[in-house]
Amino acid sequence: MSASIGTGTLESTHLLGLRHTSAADIQLILDTAEGMQEILSRQIKKAPTLRGRSVVTLFYEPSTRTRTSFEMAAKILSADTTSIAAGSSSIVKGETLMDTVLTLRSMTMDALIIRHSQTGAPALAAQFAGCPVINAGDGFNEHPTQGLLDLLTIRQRFGRVQGLTVTIVGDIQHSRVARSNLWALRRLGAVVRLAGPPTLIPPEMECDGVTLHYQVDEALEGADVVMALRIQKERQESGLFPSLREYHRLYGISAERMLLASPRAIVLHPGPMNRGVEIDPDVADGPQSAITDQVTNGVAVRMALLYLILGGKSSDALAA
Amino acid sequence: MRWLLKGGRLIVPSRGIDEARDLLIEDGVIRSLSFGDDASGASTLDLSGLVVAPGFIDIHTHLREPGFEHKETIATGVQSAAAGGFTTICCMPNTNPAIDNGPLVEFVRRRAEEAGPVRVLPMGSVTRGMGQDEMADLGEMAEAGASAFTDDAFPIQSSRMMRLAMRYATTFDLPVVTHCEDKSLTIGASMNEGYVSAAIGIRAMPRTAEEIHVARNILLAEETGCRLHIAHISTRRSVEMVRRARAHGIRVTAEACPHHFSLTDSAVAGEDAEHPGRAYDTNTKMNPPLRTPDDVAAVVEGLQDGTISCIATDHAPHSIEEKGVEFDLAPFGIIGFETALAVSLTYLVRPGWISLPDLVKLMTSGAAGVLASPNFPMGAGELSEGGRADVTIFDPAAEWIVEPSRLLSKSKNTPYGGHRLFGRVRHVFAGGRLIVRDGHPNGAEARGEKG
Repeated sequence: MSASIGTGTLESTHLLGLRHTSAADIQLILDTAEGMQEILSRQIKKAPTLRGRSVVTLFYEPSTRTRTSFEMAAKILSADTTSIAAGSSSIVKGETLMDTVLTLRSMTMDALIIRHSQTGAPALAAQFAGCPVINAGDGFNEHPTQGLLDLLTIRQRFGRVQGLTVTIVGDIQHSRVARSNLWALRRLGAVVRLAGPPTLIPPEMECDGVTLHYQVDEALEGADVVMALRIQKERQESGLFPSLREYHRLYGISAERMLLASPRAIVLHPGPMNRGVEIDPDVADGPQSAITDQVTNGVAVRMALLYLILGGKSSDALAA
Repeated sequence: MRWLLKGGRLIVPSRGIDEARDLLIEDGVIRSLSFGDDASGASTLDLSGLVVAPGFIDIHTHLREPGFEHKETIATGVQSAAAGGFTTICCMPNTNPAIDNGPLVEFVRRRAEEAGPVRVLPMGSVTRGMGQDEMADLGEMAEAGASAFTDDAFPIQSSRMMRLAMRYATTFDLPVVTHCEDKSLTIGASMNEGYVSAAIGIRAMPRTAEEIHVARNILLAEETGCRLHIAHISTRRSVEMVRRARAHGIRVTAEACPHHFSLTDSAVAGEDAEHPGRAYDTNTKMNPPLRTPDDVAAVVEGLQDGTISCIATDHAPHSIEEKGVEFDLAPFGIIGFETALAVSLTYLVRPGWISLPDLVKLMTSGAAGVLASPNFPMGAGELSEGGRADVTIFDPAAEWIVEPSRLLSKSKNTPYGGHRLFGRVRHVFAGGRLIVRDGHPNGAEARGEKG
């Protein structure tokens, strides 16, 4: 199945990750998302594009912004949405992912959005779904719509992604946000610096266009984009770093540290934030922060993706 | 029943034989290994273009009975083994209950005898219930015919327990077989730690998890004098440590699995160069995991220079339901009997790393040497006049594509589905019975029914 819009067609049926997504597909989604922002700016946020299409969100992990964002995106485009949370479904009775997906398939869903704590679960679901599958975050692997909304935010601020230096700070090892950004940023020609404690960065990640930094200051030097990742307390408890206090001291993004970055630099955070740990409140709320833009762009990106993946027409997309 | 095996290329590495010879089988034994003997009244198999070898030996298999009969039974396991050319196999004790006492060893042996003429030699566990805490009845199991001791699936973490067990096992001069894994380095891990795991976000186990135990167990073997066998060796440094230990005269041997010299961790990402496939295919999940190209090269070097004595499959059947889940949740292990020869021919012999006679050795007398003891059948892995007629006949050039549904194992969890391989088993004799004929189980003969 493919989707078409005036100028382009998505090459891939599903969006399981950005590692194998072409630059053309990424650009097409971002371009389409910019069109969607026009709908979001209207007083009556509704387009009939996906009327009669059913979109299922299947979340095996708690989520506020991603799930809400997908559901708003689907509803604005007039799709019918059904949401299933693992805690309140047959999953607690021990139903396998395969059986859950086959059941949903029998109910004739048109798109499946899945979040799962296990890496590869969306890929497994895609084998059985009989419809496009969108990964809303799997294990440590990918969170492709987060990567796309980050790219959209960056592109809006700088007009391009190519040639920018993006510094991602934090728990790279366990971050699906970092991976999705890394793949997409490389594909679009950005230079990526990964910074954090050596226990949280796989050394093998150093490759073309990607450098590793255990001193955050050197990673921030002249950066155009600074992305702080959420640090989880459980990582400290499993011995990966000594304390949140020390983490903040060595890797926290403070206003002082931001002086090392480019004067035009923006700050991103995928949320939810630990203020005072990986990011200081005055940075999160300061003039360089683009964190609220990220959230708005999230809805636009997901509208674009649903629209493209479900094969709408460009004229419909923008009709009131 | 008399059989004349005519016109094949006979390879018996233990006796330095590699030439065209006829072979006469009568009353379950090899009657003659030379031309021109009286073969009147014998049924003849024309074997031109085929290799005639001693029946293969696989010293690392999981037959799952008792306790996990939905994965495999001894009866289905030996059918699969026979189809792969194996006439002598050792099965691991991680059943339910674990094989940790004499009567259980006898149970497995009896079930195997009922299943047919493929010889099944159980290994006993090192600790009771494979629970790591107290020693199993090693002496009783040795008397009952255990071929070795191992806690294969549950490597003993306490160096003290390992040291005591190895010291105690010297009484029986049976090897202790070890799956080498420091579990504190592998918690929640499903694949090899490296670029691929970093790229696809799978929790991973470093090679050092294996190597720390290889080093520890070699030190304990040197200290205790116990025979140590390293199961499914998979990293470069593990191979190097075994090489050095053997050079120092320490009683250590090692085996390698076909998947560890034919596949790398890129297969987990579905990015194997020759066989691109699905990412997160749970049939690429086994332990030790698929490693890097450098580790594969080291395993091949170990096979070439004799550091690694034999090829073993680690045949580990799991049902479709068990494997058809998220990667992290799937059990470790793949089946191996029916692809072992072809994978070895395709990845060792065809590229020129290993000669055909040396491959036969790695699948026969090499394995027999590892387990040689009064509990291991004399003459297994060889062919000699008057000896038991366990013979495997294969076509080293036959090209085929693996179709998992056509394999005889009860489970179909192979990573080689759709792969083009070279080499197929044609006929197998076990105890003089033709149990596989033209690549298929030969009815009542295969099941061991009388008459």
